[in-house]
Amino acid sequence: MAAQLRALWGWFDARMPSVAEQWKIHAAAYYAPKNFNFWYFFGSLAMLVLGIQIVSGIFLTMNYKPDAALAFGSVEYIMRDVPGGWLLRYIHSTGASAFFIVVYLHMFRGLLYGSYKQPRELVWIFGVLIYLTLMGEAFFGYLLPWGQMSYWGAQVIVNLFGTVPVIGPDLALWIRGDYVVSDATLNRFFALHVIAFPLVLLGLVVAHILALHDVGSNNPDGVEIKKVKGPDGHPLDGIPFHPYYTVKDIMGAVLFLAVFCFILFFVPEVGGYFLEYNNFIPADPLKTPPHIAPVWYFTPYYSILRAVPPLFHSQFPGVLAMGIATLILFFLPWLDRSPVKSIRYRGTLYKSALAMFVVVFLVLGYLGTEPTTVWGQFGFDAFFLDTKDVATWVARVCTVLYFAFFFLMPWYTARDEVKPVPERVTA
Amino acid sequence: MNEQEKPDKARRNLIVATSAVGGVAALGAAVPFVASMWPSERARAAGAPVEVDISRMAPGELAVVEWRGKPVWVIRRTQEMLASLKTVESRLSDPNSKASEQPKYAENEYRSAKPEFMVMEGVCTHLGCSPQMKPADAKAEMGSDWAGGFYCPCHGSKFDLAGRVFRGAPAPLNLIVPPYEFVSDGTLVIGEDKEKKGA
Repeated sequence: MAAQLRALWGWFDARMPSVAEQWKIHAAAYYAPKNFNFWYFFGSLAMLVLGIQIVSGIFLTMNYKPDAALAFGSVEYIMRDVPGGWLLRYIHSTGASAFFIVVYLHMFRGLLYGSYKQPRELVWIFGVLIYLTLMGEAFFGYLLPWGQMSYWGAQVIVNLFGTVPVIGPDLALWIRGDYVVSDATLNRFFALHVIAFPLVLLGLVVAHILALHDVGSNNPDGVEIKKVKGPDGHPLDGIPFHPYYTVKDIMGAVLFLAVFCFILFFVPEVGGYFLEYNNFIPADPLKTPPHIAPVWYFTPYYSILRAVPPLFHSQFPGVLAMGIATLILFFLPWLDRSPVKSIRYRGTLYKSALAMFVVVFLVLGYLGTEPTTVWGQFGFDAFFLDTKDVATWVARVCTVLYFAFFFLMPWYTARDEVKPVPERVTA
Repeated sequence: MNEQEKPDKARRNLIVATSAVGGVAALGAAVPFVASMWPSERARAAGAPVEVDISRMAPGELAVVEWRGKPVWVIRRTQEMLASLKTVESRLSDPNSKASEQPKYAENEYRSAKPEFMVMEGVCTHLGCSPQMKPADAKAEMGSDWAGGFYCPCHGSKFDLAGRVFRGAPAPLNLIVPPYEFVSDGTLVIGEDKEKKGA
């Protein structure tokens, strides 16, 4: 039997040798640094979640109806009547949040170890494109259940485009395909969610990995392992991705799936954070729910949007601030002027800036889930207090600090006192 | 450089010309796809005026009517409500509605054709959520100087009882007043008026 299988593989390999060749390039002979730590699980986990979303999504479309009159009912039908439908739906909704958790941690790893720095700028840029596409994908998907949050979330986000000077109103009209968010909007968001954006996402993931494998992986020391090669031509500090990291990543996947399944089976709504309670009410174009907030993964940007006051009777500045807050990520490789990559060899300036950024991002994220009145109002009046809501002012300070992290980066990274970087990886 | 590697100028120009024509054709082919995303003829045709019976509205009551898929509010304002419009004026960003949108007959201190009845689109000028009415006694929630009005749950914009926006809110303009007309004492038509029949 084994001999026959080997013969079959030989037959195949003789006709299509590129399969074995690609396997070697990307796995068996892809030398990754030997000192990967916990933070290096999230790339492969992101691919795992992408797989989970695609498979669960395909099965959901078998029963979902992209029609304003039927959509909400078809989701409830999936939840109640389709065998195992509730499981598919919760896998998909939990997967959406899990995707963002994994991607945020993956991006934070890049910040920790300077993985975006030369020569990995393209890896980072493809990564940011993946992140933006994922945001679009999540947004389109969120409209599909046609609940109150779906509807009003879409209303707000489509209107963001409507604030663009000159072309805005027509742009919003074109995106909606109607004068209000309606059946036409739902139908096209469905098309974008199930085919257009997933295809783009897959293409970008391929580009991200190809770009990575061309330059090689960074590591917690930020040392280029290709500089020190053994007599066999392979990096001395590198180990083949397969079997070493495939096995390590399987362990990561098992731990991840344990947490994933716990959420899935015991707390699929996660207290309204993964699935908002108001979304269990059918969309009502005449009534905005008393408190609306986007799903948690958008809330830092939502806070920024809310914090910026209008200028010259236009709300565009807030929208612009929110746009810049995401697009600034593209420029990170050139904003960082530090001679070292890893946090291990950086000085106090970058370490404090990064710590501040994490706090600010989390505070903005929290505030975005709450109404602006959550921390009460200032007890005094002053001419500069255009609003007395404490939370709005905290969000404003955080917004300024968020941008300071990026815009002041060329200054503080160049002046930071860095430690000497070793020749070889340390662990 | 040998003979073969030298580019043939005429062939090169032909390649460039062919690519350019091909590119234009590809762009042209994209037009119908992009155009298919504009509102359909059916969506354009919808949007007839709606009639509202206001004869049975209690003082202070808010009625929500759907017009062109949007909520339109009709509020029967009491004397206290009308008086509150004066007291909040200093805190508004566009108290005289100079930059805001309303028909001619609503360009006055009450923003309405008849002071008693306020008609406006219940759509926040920030990003299109529908604000909620917060009466004057909601001071605990809205602050001690609250005199009644509307609060947008999405981004916290506040409006007075004439739809005028308070400063410090993300909404840049006052709520829009649609065209409307009183066809009789108890009936209001939203979506058309004497100036713009069927607007």
